[in-house]
Amino acid sequence: MSLGYYPGCSMHGTSREYDESLKAIAPALGVTMTEIDDWCCCGASSAHAADHLLGVALPARNLALAEAQGHDEVLAPCAACFNRLAGARHAVANEPGMAARVQAVLERPFANSVAVRSVVELLLGLAPTIEEQVAARLEPNQLGELSIAAYYGCLLVRPAEITGFDDSERPSSMESVIAACGARPVDWNMAVECCGGAFSVSRTSSVVRLSRAIIDDARSHGAQAIVVACPLCHSNLDFRQAAMTRRGEEPMPILFITQLVGLALGLPAETLGLGRHFVATEPLLTQLKALAAARAAADAAKAAAAAEKAAARAAASDRPVVAASAAAASDPAPAPPSAGGGDA
Amino acid sequence: MARIGVFVCHCGENIARTVDCARVVEELKSHPGVVHSEDYKYMCSDPGQALVRKAIEENDLTGVVVCACSPHMHEKTFRGAAAKAGLNPFLCEMANIREHCSWIHEDRGEATDKAIDIGRTIIEKVKHNVPLETIRIPVTKRALVIGGGIAGIQAALDIADGGAEVVLVEKESSIGGHMSQLSETFPTLDCSQCILTPRMVEVLQHPRIKLHSYSELESLEGYIGNFKATIRKKARSVDEDLCNGCGDCQAACPSRKIASEFDAGTGKRSAIYVPFPQAVPNIPVLDRVNCTRFKAKRKGIEKDVCGKCQEACLKGAIDYEQEDSFVTEDVGAVVVATGFQLYSIGRDQPAGLKGYGEYGYGDVPDVIDGMQFERLASASGPTGGEILRPSDGKPPKTVVFVQCVGSRDPEKGIPYCSKICCMYTAKHTMLYKNKMHDGKAIVFYMDIRAGGKGYDEFTRRAIEDDGAQYVRGRVSRIYRDGDVVKVWGFDTLSGEQVVVDADMVVLATAMRPQPGIAELAQKLSISYDEHGFINEAHPKLRPVETNTAGIYIAGACQAPRDIPESVAMASATAAKVLGLFSADELEREPTVALVNEQTCIGCFSCEQVCPYGAIEHVDVCDVEGHICGVVARVNPGICQGCGTCVAVCPSKSVELQGFTDEQIYAEINALGSW
Amino acid sequence: MDFQPRITAFVCNWCTYTGADLAGTSRLQMAANVRIIRLPCTGRIDHMFIVKAFERGADGVIVSGCHPADCHYTAGNYHARRRFGVFRELMDFMGIDPRRVTFSWVSASEGVKWKDVVNETVARVAELGPFDAYHELAGDTITGGEPAPDPFEAAGGAETSDPLEAHEVGR
Repeated sequence: MSLGYYPGCSMHGTSREYDESLKAIAPALGVTMTEIDDWCCCGASSAHAADHLLGVALPARNLALAEAQGHDEVLAPCAACFNRLAGARHAVANEPGMAARVQAVLERPFANSVAVRSVVELLLGLAPTIEEQVAARLEPNQLGELSIAAYYGCLLVRPAEITGFDDSERPSSMESVIAACGARPVDWNMAVECCGGAFSVSRTSSVVRLSRAIIDDARSHGAQAIVVACPLCHSNLDFRQAAMTRRGEEPMPILFITQLVGLALGLPAETLGLGRHFVATEPLLTQLKALAAARAAADAAKAAAAAEKAAARAAASDRPVVAASAAAASDPAPAPPSAGGGDA
Repeated sequence: MARIGVFVCHCGENIARTVDCARVVEELKSHPGVVHSEDYKYMCSDPGQALVRKAIEENDLTGVVVCACSPHMHEKTFRGAAAKAGLNPFLCEMANIREHCSWIHEDRGEATDKAIDIGRTIIEKVKHNVPLETIRIPVTKRALVIGGGIAGIQAALDIADGGAEVVLVEKESSIGGHMSQLSETFPTLDCSQCILTPRMVEVLQHPRIKLHSYSELESLEGYIGNFKATIRKKARSVDEDLCNGCGDCQAACPSRKIASEFDAGTGKRSAIYVPFPQAVPNIPVLDRVNCTRFKAKRKGIEKDVCGKCQEACLKGAIDYEQEDSFVTEDVGAVVVATGFQLYSIGRDQPAGLKGYGEYGYGDVPDVIDGMQFERLASASGPTGGEILRPSDGKPPKTVVFVQCVGSRDPEKGIPYCSKICCMYTAKHTMLYKNKMHDGKAIVFYMDIRAGGKGYDEFTRRAIEDDGAQYVRGRVSRIYRDGDVVKVWGFDTLSGEQVVVDADMVVLATAMRPQPGIAELAQKLSISYDEHGFINEAHPKLRPVETNTAGIYIAGACQAPRDIPESVAMASATAAKVLGLFSADELEREPTVALVNEQTCIGCFSCEQVCPYGAIEHVDVCDVEGHICGVVARVNPGICQGCGTCVAVCPSKSVELQGFTDEQIYAEINALGSW
Repeated sequence: MDFQPRITAFVCNWCTYTGADLAGTSRLQMAANVRIIRLPCTGRIDHMFIVKAFERGADGVIVSGCHPADCHYTAGNYHARRRFGVFRELMDFMGIDPRRVTFSWVSASEGVKWKDVVNETVARVAELGPFDAYHELAGDTITGGEPAPDPFEAAGGAETSDPLEAHEVGR
């Protein structure tokens, strides 16, 4: 799969770890991304608030460049960039006269032929591949112990006509990706509630109040971490978390969905930018690794005990002992279940 | 030789404001064949019609063209006037210069030119009109009423009391409709079943009403006065003649955990069941989908499983082999009274509608809809009339009522107001407060629509006497937080956010037409709007008729309405039906097809396309009586006048009277003189 | 625009005619270029009506009836649709640009849709320009190249011009 890549301002800046982890998992999933040459700002919230045509033409320029550079699809990891690019595509396709006006502004032909994808939609489509690769790994999947809340924020799934790939009020695409990674998505209440958005600087108290409600709700539903797909959501929940945490509370690590997938695929934490967060992720990862190792040991012990029992029975009835079960009993790694004590 | 009279109406200002009527009169006066041309302020009034009659008599007119409103409005009026003056009514036509001209254009010059063109077109048509005689057909004085809710029941009783026979078809196992599910009705707080069930029994016992319950209309053939309805009597698995309603089968049934439709899912029923104790007829029906015996059969298990109901039945009335059967009924009129269903709120919606994922319905057990609340409040409901939380059976101390769920929301696909929800929500708060004196009832509303007799006073009672708290604003989110249902709303009058920790939330959902309404409408050839509500013939003046002659409507199938209005409408419909039945013969428009048997080649292409089977085969004999050919003949009693046969006839032997090729080509040619 | 196209519309009585009435009752303003000819059903429409309309000076034609499955006479609109499907090719062959003919479904409650059909057709046909092709080719064979006489003047108003007669003269 080959896509155009639109990084926007945050991928090389404030959410470098999102960019790093995305680039780390792409080869494993068979995705090649080519950054669009000479891309410009998507307009974010300021352009469309100032002028409708500007709000469409600015992101449309990036789509026109992608088209000229031979791309059918463009991936925009930042939720706001995704929403603006998809919004521009929708406006040019549906508003009477908009196509002509945009072409006049851009001074270049534009057929509006490029589809816009979010990272979540991309990973949703690749979920079967992720699941396969996770199952094929030899080391224990440390994510099997992890309960995680999926936070969509406001721009990923609304408005439904523009974003298109999931339900606006009760989305489930990230949960599918989480499940494919072998982790446990929790059912919680704040999946699409506002985190405070761009008020991070101008009205920090609102962000603190709103984001705290999100983290509290995730915690009360048993989540050990929250996964996001938006740099601003990440910033509000992670960077500002210190102001929200009460004394004695466990901090809540905030992961990018690409980082989660990377962990599931067994990529080392350093390649996924996990060291760049304000709320440290190492304690959680260490804990998960330990739990996974303990689980593996327990599984192995169970397998050994079962094999012993089978050997004893076989000895009592003079039936041959199958070599494989003996081998499995001494192997610390959990072999595929069918061989470990099943066919004595 | 043509002597056409032209009459141009001002319609007050409606036409005259945009169309220069004097110029129209002048231009058309000099149109070839026109011998009389005048205008008048209100052509349809008595003096206006008198002018037409006078002109016919004085000028020996051979045709009349009235340039005025749509023929759908007044064709009958002017044809009547022509007939009174001795001119065959079918020599009178209308030129629509109001709906199709003066009302839709602003430029006086353009509109007047167009009005003149329209006038010319119809003048040219009328030159080719021939006198036609009304067709008379017999009328079957029986009515088919589809739907046994309060509207269907009222219509059936009124028609039967008026002396005609009624066939009442109801798709559920009992008549009563949604009214039978209600606890109390506004504004009197009458017990719903107490006022309904006597009517239901009257229907059952009425000598002129034949009830087909658990039945649906399969097909309808024919035309006004002469319909043939085929009704599918679905298999109850119970012989209606043998069953005496003792209830032993229901008591014996081991499956007791099936969600009860009558209780809107708040209670359970058995597989063989009577939906409620006062059901009419009091005959159970076996739910073959959930019955253990039938489930086993579908799984392929050979041996007979269960069968306890058959064992228990002393009358031997249980018949597992029973199949759907068909009956045909000859009727003269059809009344559609299929009522409504509630909008289902959840994520799965039919095309064109969206759900309210943000309200938690279906996920949070204590979020229920209005009908479920009625069942909880009803003394005969699953909780014996105690209002209890579905999640833990505890009585709720704080109940939030949300109005306008779905209604008035173009985003969700339902732009209309459902009319009854403001009233029944007020009623719900009163029922709740009467049972839970220290409970809190909070209503989130947009507006209060209480326009009936005693209605506004009723809502005031809820607020002032029973202490319901009304908050003007919408709810954005409902979700479960531990034991509590969190409701996020807004109070627009104080400008503040409101968060309520509720124990239960009741959503007042939109009224929609019944599922399958489009299929039924197509069977009847009646039209419906984009929401599925049946179209009335005219929204102001013909609210109980449809555009298909002989098919009438009553109740909520036409638009959201409450019980008093449904009853009134049903009685109005009955009056129309009895009016239809008051004559022994029905007059039909003679605008039917006519075959020229001399030129007909007997290919019967017409027969192949006729939707009504109106084409007959007629032998052509020579002088000695030997059959030398066969030609087509149209049965004028059956032909509806669509004209499809005319367009397919290769020898141009069939004509549609009133819309002949000559007439239409004359109209087309007239436009060539623009 | 300078060129005002002349549009003849063949509509069914139960759906589109009533829908057009509703447009009028709702006072929806629209282009004044359309002249409606009322028929009981679109099934009544002979394709020769459309040809005749063009021959007689129309620049565009609208055919409009009930939505599929909603025909007042059950199936008339299906016949019309099928007939029109075949006729469209013939029309193209004859040199009438198919874009000059609009085929639409407008129900009795769709006043707004009728207005849109009218305005859209007028705009489209205006862009295509006047329908001169036939008249240039045929050279008005009826009258041998001279403009057709006003049929109403010719006979002094006593007789109507029989359209069938006119055809024979031109053959």
